[in-house]
Amino acid sequence: MVQPLTYFKESASQTAGPYVHIGCTPNFSGITGVYDTDLGSGPMVNDQTRGERITIRGFIYDGAMTPLKDAMIEIWQADADGYYNSPSETRGKADPNFFGWARQPGDMATGEFAFETIKPGSVPFRDGRPMAPHVTFWVVARGINLGLNTRMYFSDEEEANAADPILSRIEHRVRVPTLIGKRDGNTVTFNIYLQGENETIFFDI
Amino acid sequence: MKNTPPETTPFFARDREWHPPAFTPGYKTSVLRSPQRALISLEGTRSEITGPVFGHNILGEFDNDLIVNYAKPGEMALGERILVYGRVLDERGRGVPGALVEFWQANAGGRYRHKKETYLAPLDPNFGGFGRTITDEDGGYAFKTIKPGPYPWPNGVNDWRPAHIHFSVFGHGFAQRLITQMYFEGDPMIWICPIVKTIPDENAIKGLIAALDMQNTIPHDMRAYKFDIVLRGRRSTFFENRKEGN
Repeated sequence: MVQPLTYFKESASQTAGPYVHIGCTPNFSGITGVYDTDLGSGPMVNDQTRGERITIRGFIYDGAMTPLKDAMIEIWQADADGYYNSPSETRGKADPNFFGWARQPGDMATGEFAFETIKPGSVPFRDGRPMAPHVTFWVVARGINLGLNTRMYFSDEEEANAADPILSRIEHRVRVPTLIGKRDGNTVTFNIYLQGENETIFFDI
Repeated sequence: MKNTPPETTPFFARDREWHPPAFTPGYKTSVLRSPQRALISLEGTRSEITGPVFGHNILGEFDNDLIVNYAKPGEMALGERILVYGRVLDERGRGVPGALVEFWQANAGGRYRHKKETYLAPLDPNFGGFGRTITDEDGGYAFKTIKPGPYPWPNGVNDWRPAHIHFSVFGHGFAQRLITQMYFEGDPMIWICPIVKTIPDENAIKGLIAALDMQNTIPHDMRAYKFDIVLRGRRSTFFENRKEGN
């Protein structure tokens, strides 16, 4: 016998279900009068926020190329200088006018989602090399048993993307473009494909 | 919040044989919504070990009381009055303070207040079906609600969900983000539910079943159910510059 390792097990995940909006974005689902606003809704910037304003928009497609109309998307990103607004950010103080987290449901009729945010700065990898600017995505919905993690990088950051420690070690180079948001003016389009030909890369983070 | 420095170490790897896999054909919607390629492993970078933390300023006075938070003045939701309480812990058994916990559920008859919901059981005019709270310094939380009813759904021709409450939990890092469901002790519907059965390990299922707690039941008012939620633990910092230890 040896001493036991007394770790607990993480609570098992379950799908968010078709009515995730009741709990997470009730005003969007038509239940008003309980919360003033839906947590994480609305623009992520105010007049004082530092950085370049962008809108990220896209759809989430299933394996039959049908957009999900009941998904909930959350993003988490650094500020314009690459600092996270989190107690675990120990390198410096993030922009107090940028929270860095937001959630949006897909439109109930079309499925399109949109975030009004800023382009994040570069954040160092564990060994100190810079990671290219990126936004972390978390997707939950009916039919998704455990939330899916992915990242969006930017098409106007070719050089940084080529040197990114995560992107550069992906074996199947043909899949890398699934992580690149396409920038056109201040709009960045990022579609997520859950399954099939153009399946987006998902991470075990 | 305790006055300890924030932790910045990576999280324990997720045990993906404990969680439900993505492709679980008994739950039909998962068939076209499950990635077919392998996940790419990404050891925690700063983007995953950090995460948003919410202040109490987001909470309204009755956000943790679903019996009254949607009710007309002087009225209450109809159904079995219950107190749901527990702790948010991590895999090391430590309480997770300051964690935002959100929950939503159907009413006593199994009807959700949602425009896409068509079940013939009626809405309760005094029940919205959602709330939220933030854990205390030990990771504790509690809310009042009514026990939800079981609910039929279009999967198999005669599939019913067990009584359940959905939970969404934030820890301290975005990699801890978790959505799950709480079930009720003794419910025979648990073991025949295709969504419960997406979880391969019987012990993992048992970890989602709240126990009836008569000790914390309030006589002549409401029964209590205890439901602890475990988030991922994180590595200790044995060899970093922190003399106070971990």
